[in-house]
Amino acid sequence: MSFPWANQYQPQQPLMKWLDEKLPLPRLVYNAIGSGYPVPRNLNYFWNFGVLAGAALVIQIVTGIVLAMHYAAHADVAFNSVEHIMRDVNAGWFIRYAHMNGASMFFIVVYLHIFRGLYYGSYKAPREMVWLLGVVIFLLMMATAFMGYVLPWGQMSFWGAQVITGFFSAIPGVGEPLRVWLLGGFAPDNAALNRFFSLHYLLPFVIAAVIILHIWALHIPGSSNPTGIEVKDEQDTVPFHPYYTAKDGFGLGVFLILFAALTFFTPNLLGHADNYIQANPLSTPAHIVPEWYFWPFYAILRAFTFNFLWIDAKLWGVIAMFAAIALLFFLPWLDSSPVKSSNYRPLYRKFFWVLVADVLLLGVCGKMPAEQPWVILSQIGSIYYFAHFLIILPIVSRIERPEPMPNSITEAVLAKHADDASAATA
Amino acid sequence: MASESEPSAAVEDGVRRRDFINIAAVSFAGVGTVAVVLPLVNQMSPSADVLALSSTEIDISAIQTGQAIKTSWRKQPVFVRNLTTAEIDEANKVPLGSLRDAQTLAERTKPGKENWLITLGVCTHLGCVPLGAAEGENRGDFGGYFCPCHGSHYDTAARIRKGPAPTNLVVPPYEFTSDTVVTIG
Repeated sequence: MSFPWANQYQPQQPLMKWLDEKLPLPRLVYNAIGSGYPVPRNLNYFWNFGVLAGAALVIQIVTGIVLAMHYAAHADVAFNSVEHIMRDVNAGWFIRYAHMNGASMFFIVVYLHIFRGLYYGSYKAPREMVWLLGVVIFLLMMATAFMGYVLPWGQMSFWGAQVITGFFSAIPGVGEPLRVWLLGGFAPDNAALNRFFSLHYLLPFVIAAVIILHIWALHIPGSSNPTGIEVKDEQDTVPFHPYYTAKDGFGLGVFLILFAALTFFTPNLLGHADNYIQANPLSTPAHIVPEWYFWPFYAILRAFTFNFLWIDAKLWGVIAMFAAIALLFFLPWLDSSPVKSSNYRPLYRKFFWVLVADVLLLGVCGKMPAEQPWVILSQIGSIYYFAHFLIILPIVSRIERPEPMPNSITEAVLAKHADDASAATA
Repeated sequence: MASESEPSAAVEDGVRRRDFINIAAVSFAGVGTVAVVLPLVNQMSPSADVLALSSTEIDISAIQTGQAIKTSWRKQPVFVRNLTTAEIDEANKVPLGSLRDAQTLAERTKPGKENWLITLGVCTHLGCVPLGAAEGENRGDFGGYFCPCHGSHYDTAARIRKGPAPTNLVVPPYEFTSDTVVTIG
């Protein structure tokens, strides 16, 4: 599971020795995130985001458990119980705003974590399983976030639930019965609210379990690094603790400052005013928008406005939206270039940034109403998104001539130091 | 399967006693699992109190020509619209071939009551409530209903004409119990 030169766990105190014989949990921690885990010496700050995502999950679970002590999952009182949390519960406003914005912070760091993986080729062999488990975590996060957004039972909660469960009715034949079964009724109501609460409480623990698998799979080959060159010997690595606990600790501080700024100064910046109106099944808000982290996928959903082949526009939209995520499962095999890091891939590097711009464009389209020019822009953006993964990436990885690469991580680090030194003396 | 070297385990037809026990035990466990999973799955279907709301009576005597009301059936909005003669003519003029979900106005209403258009107020795209039932709301490009969520336009027979919705607004099962009372469901 680790390199042969990894530090060995050697308990000193009699108690720790006794514990190590009975239940070697401290040993597990030492080898997983302590001095016993050798990590490439050249990780940059983009390697902070995994730890930050873990911290965000812990914050969500802690604030969520506390909120569940005051929340009532019944369609008649759910909305009022959230107002009760905001007004009456001691520090309830703070805990709820932290949970609301914590979800956004979680998605921000996870999106950066995903794009880090895309830029540095972290999804490639031997780390395909790490990537696949990551996509599973991403899907679970989206399901959890969606169900959590329904719980306050505001207008956006209700109509979000109506629209999202409506996806299932697009499936031919079984769609409508499936939707009714999922909702436990013909429209979102008490039954749906209750089961969403139950699942919203469950899924974060499932996510935590998959994260353990994600880290386990990562620790078999060890962490990747910005050069994409695999570790060759001891001088390429440093122990995780104290080197990266310190670096991650600094990143965590920056993360918490931004999180606190959002929570205390603009707690509703990323929310929707409509969700402070109680759910009304007879009136749809003029403009239904999901939370920001769903905007790119929502834009893909709405990009199909016409029937195509034998499939109607609605089903195409739903297929395209799910395919946009499912595509990520195939990424390790769509990109056949043996070079991992974009630092040495001149062509892919350009297309990577075009993809970033494309996803941002789709995000804007998903936020805007379904009118021109946003419809045509989301159509172009969706086509490009799929083209990137299915056409551009396989072709680029075949025709690209990578730039010359250093022989080892250490050589890359020392060359950079030499450059810096000569620049300083010049 | 049974081998000749285990005479004690083999019976004359070549089936071992243990094979039978294995199959019987696994089958029994399988039936038991299904018996447990079925109620666990079925508990999510609509409960009796939800299904009990499945029939609603509406008094339509107060709805003037050209007006519409929004009511509720099974917690879903229902539009009851008293069409004007112009709206009926407009709906009948449309060539059926040009429709995505070809239906005539007569097929969507009751005989002799063609002016009463009763549909669910649930867009067949993703379930928003279309506009157009209340006074002054946007009725879309075809004078019927307009769904603001993803821009589906319905005509005066509540048929889909433009936008992403795949089918016409659903006509629920209903009957005229008298000239002024409709029972939905």
